[in-house]
Amino acid sequence: MQPLYWKNANVEFMKKINSCTIEHSKIIVNDEVIFESQAELFSDFAKEAYKSLHLNYPKFHKMDHLSKLAFLAAETLLQEDDHSSTAIVFANRSSSLDTDFKYQESINSQENYFPSPAVFVYTLPNICVGEISIKHHMQTENAFFVLDEFDEDFLNDYSRQILESGKAEKVLCGWTELYQESYKAFVYLLTL
Amino acid sequence: MKQDVYITDYNCVTPLGFDVSSNWDALLQGKSGVAKYKIIDSLDAFYASAIDHEKLEEEFNRNFERQDFTRLEKMFLLSLKPLIEKHTISEDTAFILSTTKGNISLLKNQTTLPEGVYLSRLAQKIADFFGFTTKPIVVSNACVSGVMAIAVAKNMIQAGRYKDAFVVAGDELSEFVISGFNSFQAIGSEPCQPYDKNRNGINIGEAAAAAYITSHPSENEKFRFKILGDSAVNDANHISGPSRTGDGLYASIKNAMTEAHVSPEQIDFISAHGTATLYNDEMEAIAFNRMELQHVPLNSMKAFYGHSLGASGLLESIISMESALHHTLLPSKNFKEMGVSHPLNIITENQTAEINYILKTASGFGGCNAAIVLEKC
Amino acid sequence: MENLKTELKHKIINVLNLEDVSIEEINDSDPLFGGGLGLDSIDALELIVLLDKDYGIKLADPKKGKDIFQSIDTMAAFIEANRTK
Repeated sequence: MQPLYWKNANVEFMKKINSCTIEHSKIIVNDEVIFESQAELFSDFAKEAYKSLHLNYPKFHKMDHLSKLAFLAAETLLQEDDHSSTAIVFANRSSSLDTDFKYQESINSQENYFPSPAVFVYTLPNICVGEISIKHHMQTENAFFVLDEFDEDFLNDYSRQILESGKAEKVLCGWTELYQESYKAFVYLLTL
Repeated sequence: MKQDVYITDYNCVTPLGFDVSSNWDALLQGKSGVAKYKIIDSLDAFYASAIDHEKLEEEFNRNFERQDFTRLEKMFLLSLKPLIEKHTISEDTAFILSTTKGNISLLKNQTTLPEGVYLSRLAQKIADFFGFTTKPIVVSNACVSGVMAIAVAKNMIQAGRYKDAFVVAGDELSEFVISGFNSFQAIGSEPCQPYDKNRNGINIGEAAAAAYITSHPSENEKFRFKILGDSAVNDANHISGPSRTGDGLYASIKNAMTEAHVSPEQIDFISAHGTATLYNDEMEAIAFNRMELQHVPLNSMKAFYGHSLGASGLLESIISMESALHHTLLPSKNFKEMGVSHPLNIITENQTAEINYILKTASGFGGCNAAIVLEKC
Repeated sequence: MENLKTELKHKIINVLNLEDVSIEEINDSDPLFGGGLGLDSIDALELIVLLDKDYGIKLADPKKGKDIFQSIDTMAAFIEANRTK
C-alpha cells in the first residue's frame, strides 16, 4: 500500500504505515479483507475473529465489546512486533456507553441490585487502550478522546506532538466506535 | 522552537465554595467537603464530598436565566462564567472538557440513550451557550483526565492548531459511580486518609473546575504559570490495579520533567493523587522514590475534596497554583502515620514556602497515569 | 454437595468468562487463584457478588474471600454452611 503523507505547519511529514478497518462483520487490513463472518451479532463476530486470528489470549473473553473491537483492530497492526515506543491515541463518539447501559441495568432495580465489578471496570472508554497496552507491553503515551465525529486532523495533530517531542516513535491512532450492534473501527500506525 | 503556553486564570465550584478565594480560605482553615451521606437506599450511609444542592441552585439562578441544564452542566457553567467574562473567545480558541461519566445519572431506568449522556453533546451544549466556534474536545481518560486536559491544551496550542483554550473539568456524585466503586470494595469507611497506615479506601467527591490557557498572555493577567512539560504513560499491567513498581507513573514524571528541563531538586511541591486505597498510595510512593522526589513536600487533596474523578486533576492543579501564589503549602489532610513502604515528605500542617516549580500527578483505571510540571512566572 | 460443586464449576466458567475452559478441567481441590485459570482480583470481587446473588450470602469481611475461594471444595463447603437461597 502506498504510504500517505501529511504536511504540517513545520513542513514535516507523517507516514501512515498500515491501517485496519472493522465494520459489518469484516476485518480489512490495508484494503485487503483478512476476515469476514456471516455472524449478525458483534459478540459472535468477535468470537469468530478471535479464533480466526489465532489470538490465544483468554483475557479477550472478559473484555467488553468496545475493548474487543479496539483489541482486534490493534492486533492486526501490532502483531508480535516491538511496540515499546508506540503511543496509543484513540477516540470515539459513544465513549463507553454500550457497557454503561449494561451496568446501569444491573442497578436499576432495588430488588435485583447486584452491581458487577467486572462490568463496572469497563465503564470508561480508555480501558480499551489499557487492554492493548497490557497485551503488547506498551508502557507508552496514551490518550482517549470523545468527539462528535471522526476528526482525523485532530488525532493526527495530537499524534504529531507526541512524535515530535520524542515521547514515542510511532502512534497507534484511531476511531473505535461501538454502541450495541453499530460499530466501526478505523485504526492506523503513524510515524514521522 | 515551541512557543510557551501559560495558565493565566482559573475558577472552581466545589463543596467548599463557588469561587477560588472561598475555596482557598476554607482550605487554609482545614475545612473539608467530606461528610456522611445516605445517597443510595441499598447502601449504608458513607463518607463523600458533595456540593450543597440548594446552594448550587441559588448560585446558578443568581448568574443564569435559563434552567434547561442538568446539575453537572450547571456546575460547568458556573465554573466557566468568570473566565469567559474576562477572556475573549475567537475562532482559534479551543474548548476542552474533561469528565469520566458526564450526565450518567440520566441513564437511570431508560430503555434508550438520552442525548445528554453523549459526552460530545454535553460539551457542545456548554460550548454553544458561551459561543465557542471550534469543535469541543472531550478528554475521557479516567481519573487522569483533568491533568491531561491541561496537557492537551498546551500541546494543541504548540501544534499551532489554537491560540488559546478554555479547559473545564467536572464530575458529579452518582449512584452509578458510587455503586461501582463499592463493588470494588474501594470506598473507605471513614474520611479518607491518603498515605496513612490506617487508610482503607476513597471518599468520592464532585466538583467542577475551569482554566484559561494561552500562548499570548496579556499584560493585565494577575498571574501566569508556564506549562513546562507533560506526559501520560500507561502501566501496561492491569486494568484496575496499578503497577506494583509504579512503572507508568515513574515514566510519566520522568518524561514530563525531562521535557520541562527540571531536576528533582528543583521541584518545590508535589500535588499527588493519593486516593487512600492501599495499592494506589503505595504505588505512588514507589514511583516518587524512583524519581528521587521523596524529599519534596507533598500532599494529596482527597481528604479536602474527596476524589472528584474527572475534575480532580484540574481542581488540584488550581489549588497547587493557589498555594504557590500564597506562598503556603497545605497539609495532606487526615495523614497521621506513615503507611507506605517508601519515604515521602508529607506536609502535615500549613507552612510558608517559596513554590516556583509544581509537579502534579494523577493515576486511574486502565493503568493510566499523567504528570505535568508548572512554573510560576 | 457434588451437585453444588458441578453447579459452581458451570457458574464460574460462565460468570468469569472462561471461554476456553471446560468443567472437566477444573478439579475440586485445585487452587482457583494462582493456578491455571488465570483468575485475578476482579474475578475475586465477582465471586463475592456471586455468593450474594445466587446463594444469598453477604460477605461481612471481603478479605475472608481469600480462604473461601481457595478451591471448589472450600467454596462449596462455605456455601453449604451459609446459604440462604
